[in-house]
Amino acid sequence: MSKLANSLEEAIRSSGLKNGMTISFHHHLRNGDHVLNLVLDTIAKMGLADITVNASSLFDIHMPIIEHIKNGVVTGVETDYMSSALGREFSSGILKKPIIFRTHGGRPSDIINGKSHIDVAFVAAPTSDDMGNCTGKIGKSACGSLGYAFADAACADKVIVVTDNLVAYPLTDFSIAETCVDYVVQVPSIGDPRGIVSGTTTMTKDPIALKIAKYAVKCIQASGLLKDGFSFQTGAGGASLAAAAYLKDVMLEKKIKGSYVMGGITGYLVDMLEAGCFQAIMDVQCFDIKAINSLQNNPKHREVTAEHYASPTAKSCIVDSLDAVILGATEIDLNFNVNVHTDSNGYIMGGAGGHSDAAAGAKLAMIVAPLVRARVPIVCEKVQCISTPGSTVDVLVTQRGIAVNPNRNDLKELFKKAGLPVVSIEELYAKAKEIVGDYVPVQTSDKVIAKIIYRDGTEIDTIKQVKE
Amino acid sequence: MRRSLLFLPGNNPGMLGNGDTLDADGIILDLEDAVAPNEKDAARILVRNALQTLHYKACEIIVRINGLDTSYWQDDLEAIIPAGPDIIMPTKVSGADYIHELAAKITAVEKSCGMEIGKTKVLPLLETAVGVENAYPIAIADKRIIGLFLGAEDLTADLRCKRTKEGQEIFYARTRLVMAARAAGVDAYDTPFTDANDLEGLRKDAILARSLGFSGKTAINPRHIDCINEVFSPSQADIEYAKEVFAAIEEGKKLGKGAVALRGKMIDKPIVARAQQVLDAAKAIYGGDIL
Repeated sequence: MSKLANSLEEAIRSSGLKNGMTISFHHHLRNGDHVLNLVLDTIAKMGLADITVNASSLFDIHMPIIEHIKNGVVTGVETDYMSSALGREFSSGILKKPIIFRTHGGRPSDIINGKSHIDVAFVAAPTSDDMGNCTGKIGKSACGSLGYAFADAACADKVIVVTDNLVAYPLTDFSIAETCVDYVVQVPSIGDPRGIVSGTTTMTKDPIALKIAKYAVKCIQASGLLKDGFSFQTGAGGASLAAAAYLKDVMLEKKIKGSYVMGGITGYLVDMLEAGCFQAIMDVQCFDIKAINSLQNNPKHREVTAEHYASPTAKSCIVDSLDAVILGATEIDLNFNVNVHTDSNGYIMGGAGGHSDAAAGAKLAMIVAPLVRARVPIVCEKVQCISTPGSTVDVLVTQRGIAVNPNRNDLKELFKKAGLPVVSIEELYAKAKEIVGDYVPVQTSDKVIAKIIYRDGTEIDTIKQVKE
Repeated sequence: MRRSLLFLPGNNPGMLGNGDTLDADGIILDLEDAVAPNEKDAARILVRNALQTLHYKACEIIVRINGLDTSYWQDDLEAIIPAGPDIIMPTKVSGADYIHELAAKITAVEKSCGMEIGKTKVLPLLETAVGVENAYPIAIADKRIIGLFLGAEDLTADLRCKRTKEGQEIFYARTRLVMAARAAGVDAYDTPFTDANDLEGLRKDAILARSLGFSGKTAINPRHIDCINEVFSPSQADIEYAKEVFAAIEEGKKLGKGAVALRGKMIDKPIVARAQQVLDAAKAIYGGDIL
């Protein structure tokens, strides 16, 4: 028996892909991914049409999808995140059906529970054997964890592994096993390493981001959660990463042995593991080379699936055990609802990713953001769209004070006792208005261009097209 | 309390908007070296508007104006003083005459806009050999003067020597400036440490400055502020000792003792004065609770 197909076209033909079906992709190759474009080009050449693309995230490198939409090859898009240039194109209403936005936990949940059916999953694999045992840890296009691909591989009707590093059977250190793979295709290149991971993730020098990060760490200390067994998630953005660096100093100084750290993994978090701040890294996605090397070599650095990371219908998931998470926002309103989907002009520029999952799970969900970005206030009366509901957000940390959700008076008292500058979110809103004046909200038409599906499967909000 | 004074370019709206959130005790909004000649008027207007609209509450506001040998300084004062900065910083101050000319203009502007005369204070920047040699006459030249500030970059160019991290070349200037300032009853502020990433070097430099008698240190990078504030704040041990000094004096009074000893040393006048300075500083930094 051989699963090796001579070409991508042969594998697609063998999979039985037909018009109207759904295909899926993971986003571990990020802005270096060649596979999604390669598959869509092949499908278009084969004359297939009316295809729905379900990708765990979409990046600007996937811009050719726009042409495939115009030509009717792609008619549906489901994703957890979309970067800004692509988002701008979709914001023009190019797709007839609304985009379906899920969360990183909601997506595997819906796939596993049959709510989101995948006909053919394409798994880009930096290394695979000819039966489909595959991994992201090694190979010229190494990306580390393949966490987002597991549910697709397990549940799709057909699974095609696409690799540029075919090795002899059996690949022992596999992530996804041959048991779910139907076909294996070798291609010259699955991605551009320069876009897959950054060489090193550098720390911000922005004094405002650093100030916010300092406050965030003081909040974690004041909350009482920072003790042995502490678990933590943070992003790779300016203030989030800076907070990790400050947190490391505090944990080392106070000799605190944390439990685990998770999220998009960077070298900074690897440093924390190696310095003994944490016992483990739970890794659903690697962001830099240091993280990949650590995943290859350190048994305490563990690859986990997106379901394990954040699925609300799993018997338990990692975000449920989180103590503190630091998250960003493009807007936050007076009810602490957070928008991470659209920019200040109303165009799509992101998505929830794991934002809502971590906020729902963590004991302390913190949003870090400057009070004013360029000339736009971050705090507003009502967000353009709700990505993460305010009921799951505990704290907003800005350079001009810390607002605590009224449903967390316990935290408010602890912060005040610690001498932190606690203010109401209404005061922050007033301060922002004092600095930038009245801000005219974006005007939208009635056309819904995207539906935002919360992690539990309910439609939490929609994104409407901006009036030009 | 001015432990740290942070320079911010007067033509950077983002920095001006957040100036009072950077934990510096004072911010120096710069119209001089940080601003190119073709942007002088734009920066002047921006700083004026920032002072009028942002209501900086968390720190003192100092505006560094252009030198008296330029055509900008009078326009600077006319635009800025009505907006109510706490302190004006003149540059390359060479002697008392310089201060007299500046103070006369400040008085005229204060008068013309109905302000209290003398409200605007002055912190001269001494950054030439002649300025350092005239430190004392400068310090006593006008009641508006609240301190002297040493600028080592221009000074070492004037001295024709290399500026080093160790700072041997400015040792005389530092001690001379502190001596003159203290003789005049005003504060002394140290030159910035210019390597943004060398936080260990910064700490050493700040500790040296404090040991020489400086009241605080300037910075050109916001990341230096925490370290400077820490070095120029009394330590917990200093505060405890100061409290013990006053407790011992009280105890001595009760017992009717003329002379009191603490930890085997007589408590004399300088010890009491230093203890009082520590407690005053602690109160200004941490509030009344710590006492």
